Amino acid sequence: MNRMEAALRELGEMDDLAARSSPIHRRHAIAKLLSTVGYIAVVLSFPKYALAALTPMALWPVALFQLSGVPVSTCFRKLRYVLPLVMAVGLFNPLFDRAPLVYLGGVAVSGGVVSMVTLMVKGVLCLMASFLLMATTSIDCLCAALRTLHLPGMVVTLLLLTYRYTGVLTEELAVMTTAYHLRAPGQKGIHVSAWGSFLGQLLLRSMDRARELYDSMVLRGYHGHFHYAPVGPFTGWDGLYLALCLGVFALVRLVDVTGWLGGLLVR
Amino acid sequence: MHMADALLSPAVAAVMYASSGTTAGISIHQLKKENNPAQLPTMAVGAALVFAGQMINYTIPGTGSSGHICGGMLLSALLGPQAGFLSMIVILAIQCLFFADGGLMALGANVWNMAFYGCFVGYYLIWRPILRSHWFGDGARAVRLRIIAASVIGCVVTLQLGAFSVVLETSLSGITELPFGAFVALMQPIHLAIGLVEGAVTAAVLCFVYSARPELVREADAAGVSAKGSVKSVVAVLTAVTVLVGGGLSLLASSNPDGLEWALFGNAESGYSENMGLDEEAYGVESAVADKAASLQEGTAFLPDYAFPDSESAAGTTVSGLVGAAMVAIVAAAVCVIGGAYRRKHS
Repeated sequence: MNRMEAALRELGEMDDLAARSSPIHRRHAIAKLLSTVGYIAVVLSFPKYALAALTPMALWPVALFQLSGVPVSTCFRKLRYVLPLVMAVGLFNPLFDRAPLVYLGGVAVSGGVVSMVTLMVKGVLCLMASFLLMATTSIDCLCAALRTLHLPGMVVTLLLLTYRYTGVLTEELAVMTTAYHLRAPGQKGIHVSAWGSFLGQLLLRSMDRARELYDSMVLRGYHGHFHYAPVGPFTGWDGLYLALCLGVFALVRLVDVTGWLGGLLVR
Repeated sequence: MHMADALLSPAVAAVMYASSGTTAGISIHQLKKENNPAQLPTMAVGAALVFAGQMINYTIPGTGSSGHICGGMLLSALLGPQAGFLSMIVILAIQCLFFADGGLMALGANVWNMAFYGCFVGYYLIWRPILRSHWFGDGARAVRLRIIAASVIGCVVTLQLGAFSVVLETSLSGITELPFGAFVALMQPIHLAIGLVEGAVTAAVLCFVYSARPELVREADAAGVSAKGSVKSVVAVLTAVTVLVGGGLSLLASSNPDGLEWALFGNAESGYSENMGLDEEAYGVESAVADKAASLQEGTAFLPDYAFPDSESAAGTTVSGLVGAAMVAIVAAAVCVIGGAYRRKHS
């Protein structure tokens, strides 16, 4: 399977997950979008050594995974994009911040190690939040929500159209890549002699296709305003969900819940 | 170069969202003035093509590695800087939302680092002046050489600016302990090599398009048209910006606290001791609720003797933190068990 086919599979997988039904899937896209943004902002605002205080934030994605029935394994496969750069930056922390911060059974742990682990935990938590948003919300609902939040129509329509054509063009390129590699067995990538023509051919065809696409849109009544899929109203349950999420995030950020919980047993 | 959410503080992420959002607003305003509704599907198809095209590996002769196209330069050369910028925004949004490549909060920063420099700096300061110049003489061969020069220089310069911005944003966020200079020295050479390869691949694609459909490549036949900025003035501006960024802003990166710390706890050395009124040392908020919670802790701590002589010591804090974290893990496990039972019952 080449990279394009893998990407197509990932897109299809996300579409399938978003089409499921669960209490989280049924929440309004605005409530899910705002709660996700709030969650990520709160996670990022924790100080670099606040590893213990950060841990209760993991409960929200855990609860959402359970309530939505979305498999965790699909999310963790996406870590391959997030972790390399985060690790590359975080791995230097133990080298430069060597002052002991805590002692675990007599073993000193430096501030750099704590900040490195905190950074990685933050990376994983933020990834899970973004993944859960898209695994429980279809692109149509998300775009309708973005329009409701007054994001410019041009950007939202462009996002929707691009998403639709991403699948079409990626599929076409996957076929081209397979055909190329069948004619050039053992070759790692596209040879320098075909650098321009390989993508260039598809680019020329795509520009013509864009013209045909516009003509077909006009024939169906397009006059600069795109019609989005109708979405349900923002109900009281959606408001309650959003308020509850944001309230809990604020509480965990302002009160050291982990320390308090630990204090119940150890003093 | 896609930044993850974890590499940014909320304050830096918000500033980058504001910067990218303002640029997007100006771009939309200019595109609306042009009033060309047919451009929207062209932008969408162009964006989808670049998204897919970035997954193609181009073998670099003589090495075992490969490279891919530079989206910002390619789209701005075909669609113009404003349309290219908006197309890059949706590419980055799709990569972030569906592939977890970059983060939702880091989207503003990623747009700035990869789309703004590639589309606006690359087009106005490099692509257009070079294509309008008389470099390499006249004729189709000279135009192709100008396209190659503009693509390679454009990709190298815009990638360098993007990589520098990554370093600046990460350092200002207080994420890394790596000294600013060492971080810059690590990032810039890597992206110099990447820029050269991406420039070569982008040049190959644009030269092919120019050979087949020259009207699709912007400014391709504009040699001699007077531009607002000549190549010499562009070089002078870029040099000044480099000196300013390298010499001036780098001094700020190491000595100031990050924006969120400043906002929450203030900076006593600078005379801002209050701000949101939080005490950095105590890390928490004094309130009646907190007092009640403390008294509840007194009553429920069933291991009162398991204490450290110095209750303020890091070790004492660590033990309660570890126990608390373990309790969080137990709660998480309980949520999983209950959730699993609920789903089994209703499936």
